[in-house]
Amino acid sequence: MHMNKIIKSLVALALVGGVLTAGPAGAAEGTRAPKQSWSFNGLFGTFDRAAAQRGFQVYKEVCAGCHSMNLLSYRHLSQLGFNEEEVKAIAATVEVKDGPDSDGEMFDRPGLPADRFVSPFANANAAAASNNGKVPPDLSLMTKARIGGADYVYGLLTGYEDAPSGVEVPDGGSYNKYFSGQIIAMAPPLSDEAVEYTDGTKPTLAQHAKDITTFLAWAAEPEMEARKRMGIKVLLFLLVLTGMLYAVKRKVWEDLH
Amino acid sequence: MDTNNMHPVMKWVEHRLPVFSFLDHSLGTQYPTPKNLNYWWNFGSLAGLVLVIMIVSGIVLAMHYTAHVDYAFNSVERIMRDVNYGWLIRYIHMNGGSMFFIAVYIHMFRGLYFGSYQAPRELLWIIGVFILLAMMATAFMGYVLPWGQMSFWGATVITNLFSAIPLVGDSIVTLLWGGFSVDNPTLNRFFSLHFLLPFVIVGLVVVHIWALHVHGSNNPTGIDVKSEQDTVGFHPYFTVKDFFGMGVFMIFYMFFVFYAPNFFGEPDNYIPANPLVTPPHIVPEWYFLPYYAILRAFTGDFFVYQIVSLGGLLMDAKLAGVLAMFASILLLLFMPWLDGSKVRSCSFRPIMAMAFWIFFLDCLVLGYIGGKPAEGIYITIGQFATFYYFAHLLVIVPLVSRLERPKQLPDSINASVLKAAE
Amino acid sequence: MSDTATPEQTAEIDDQSKRDFLFVSTASVAAVGTALAAWPFIDQMNPAADTLALSTTEVDLEPIEEGQSITVVWRGKPVFIRHRTAKEISEASAVKSADLIDPEGDAERVQKPQWLIMVGVCTHLGCIPLGQKSGESKGDFGGWFCPCHGSHYDTSGRIRKGPAPKNLAVPEYSFLSESKVKIG
Repeated sequence: MHMNKIIKSLVALALVGGVLTAGPAGAAEGTRAPKQSWSFNGLFGTFDRAAAQRGFQVYKEVCAGCHSMNLLSYRHLSQLGFNEEEVKAIAATVEVKDGPDSDGEMFDRPGLPADRFVSPFANANAAAASNNGKVPPDLSLMTKARIGGADYVYGLLTGYEDAPSGVEVPDGGSYNKYFSGQIIAMAPPLSDEAVEYTDGTKPTLAQHAKDITTFLAWAAEPEMEARKRMGIKVLLFLLVLTGMLYAVKRKVWEDLH
Repeated sequence: MDTNNMHPVMKWVEHRLPVFSFLDHSLGTQYPTPKNLNYWWNFGSLAGLVLVIMIVSGIVLAMHYTAHVDYAFNSVERIMRDVNYGWLIRYIHMNGGSMFFIAVYIHMFRGLYFGSYQAPRELLWIIGVFILLAMMATAFMGYVLPWGQMSFWGATVITNLFSAIPLVGDSIVTLLWGGFSVDNPTLNRFFSLHFLLPFVIVGLVVVHIWALHVHGSNNPTGIDVKSEQDTVGFHPYFTVKDFFGMGVFMIFYMFFVFYAPNFFGEPDNYIPANPLVTPPHIVPEWYFLPYYAILRAFTGDFFVYQIVSLGGLLMDAKLAGVLAMFASILLLLFMPWLDGSKVRSCSFRPIMAMAFWIFFLDCLVLGYIGGKPAEGIYITIGQFATFYYFAHLLVIVPLVSRLERPKQLPDSINASVLKAAE
Repeated sequence: MSDTATPEQTAEIDDQSKRDFLFVSTASVAAVGTALAAWPFIDQMNPAADTLALSTTEVDLEPIEEGQSITVVWRGKPVFIRHRTAKEISEASAVKSADLIDPEGDAERVQKPQWLIMVGVCTHLGCIPLGQKSGESKGDFGGWFCPCHGSHYDTSGRIRKGPAPKNLAVPEYSFLSESKVKIG
């Protein structure tokens, strides 16, 4: 009788678990991008700083021409291992619109660490007008905002190929097997040697894609390392406390049984 | 309570405001509780724990959140990136919503299995259903606040449900929106109500516990307490058991907060709301999926719809779907009378127990279907599961409860405990 | 009653103390955990990273003529910058410390004697003293005067009369060049 109940309960929990996992994961479409091994995967994962810094270079030299990252400030880059002077220097390379000054005029000034990443376009309409009517999405949360996360972003950047026969690719579009609907407005952004690395890393397409994805993963979840570090401590603490509570419960109930 | 052994300060307070004897009678040694309660009885206190966590984290988040369509999304991201421990508090709140529903759904299924809704606990159960309704409203409006794509389109779809009401539907929707679409006025009022409703829930919980304390907890045998041998003091026996349960539950909860914080969420909600583009698959949060499946089951050719609407003469399929969705919850209010058995617990009603598990499975199927696109076989399965949901509540429960001959009940709770120990 | 306990009694006492130890240690661990968990909920009220990042202000001193004052905003508070005249400087440095409520030499309050830079918030209860504009009351000591509760500040911004306990605060600042100063 008792055993029977336990089995029933376990079956019920398993079913609930099954539905919970099936729910959010459902409704994938197109080819699912293959899983990659990322430095930030797993319970103890951290962002590969060198890769993320190279990824920032790729963003700056390639992506930033069209894509904004307006949730990030230059000061956030210090988390990637840039020191204060480097952050200031990076910020100073951009022009930021400020004002009004005492005459009521807007003016341009060099960027400061507290400034947000400067957007390539003044507004969404300007962005659409320059890109065949399609607004290039903001990249701040890209790995969180797509099913498949980092694997999808990497897959997309490396997933350009010739359209299979019978598929017509309209002007200004490209064929990408991982994109929903397969026709993507973004031309292949990366190629071998798209960016010249200063640390001697071989500038292949795959390397660029890996680096920019690491950078974007950090940009989307800058709290991830702190979160995982704290998580271990919290869970260990809770395990100990729960163990003690169980012992207390046993002790209290002992004289009843 | 023996006031003579009290600390003088406690005695002074007790004489003027008898808090200590109140606590002792409600959660202490003087609250007799059936000694055979199993771990399924932990989920009430767990729901209470999550409610407290939600209110504390919610008040804190409100200190940083800006309820304006131009700033809402970015203010949430500022919490995630710049506010001290903001990411932690936001993930606690975000996952807390799911934890609340997990605890409450288990709590409800426990009540259904062991007949906790039966006399004299009908009102206790009914108040509980109202708590569920208040939670659903709170959760729905909370999900709108980050102003992502799912927030916006969820708000649009759910408020549009009211347009199904004949004659005044469109006016009601305009009233809810405060405009001609989901927009800034909608966001502002949802924030206000999302802040208010949890305190309404607290009030309902107080009444719920009050009602509970009148006749005390039901128990796995479903038989009444007959003597002092059947019970133990709530404290220390069930306080320590509840604390242990809280420890286990917190491990489960915190695992999601720290290692899978977006497991229950949708990637689309990290895209800022865009009133001109609907995401390809809009789905509600998992805890609404079964109702969503019921809503979508009502298509013009669904036989249940054909029957209840007299072939479409009475109402259109949209209205039928909306009514069915609300009915699926409101019917629970009548559980105490749908079930006509003299015996509460399904442990002594094998056929009812079987029906319970099939019903439970049916709810899971509805949840699964609610997360799938409305096409092909999913529609058929959804319609069958919807039909079964209502058939269970309206036909199977009333008939089985009245026709089934229950097994022999134990003489007392104490006797059942002694028998199990053998 | 004998003084020596029987073995059964000793065992019972032992068991009782083990129980107590378990209960007390569990309660302590739970209490520590709760206290630690409270910290994030308190610390979130401290300035966020973006607020801290904006905590410096740069000011161009070039347009401020001798005898003029300007008010700039730094961390949401007014900062008084006064280009002092030779008379004001000599008045400020002539005061004996025995006459001061909050003794502080003028030289300790300025980096360059002609530039007096301080937070324009009365140390009494947070009002903004008058004296920045030419027509305003400068109080009995030619500096600033707080209208809320009548505190008088001298040409070094030191409290001389009234309920305020301290001199006007001097913020952290540094000269980036002859005419450019960074506050904070």
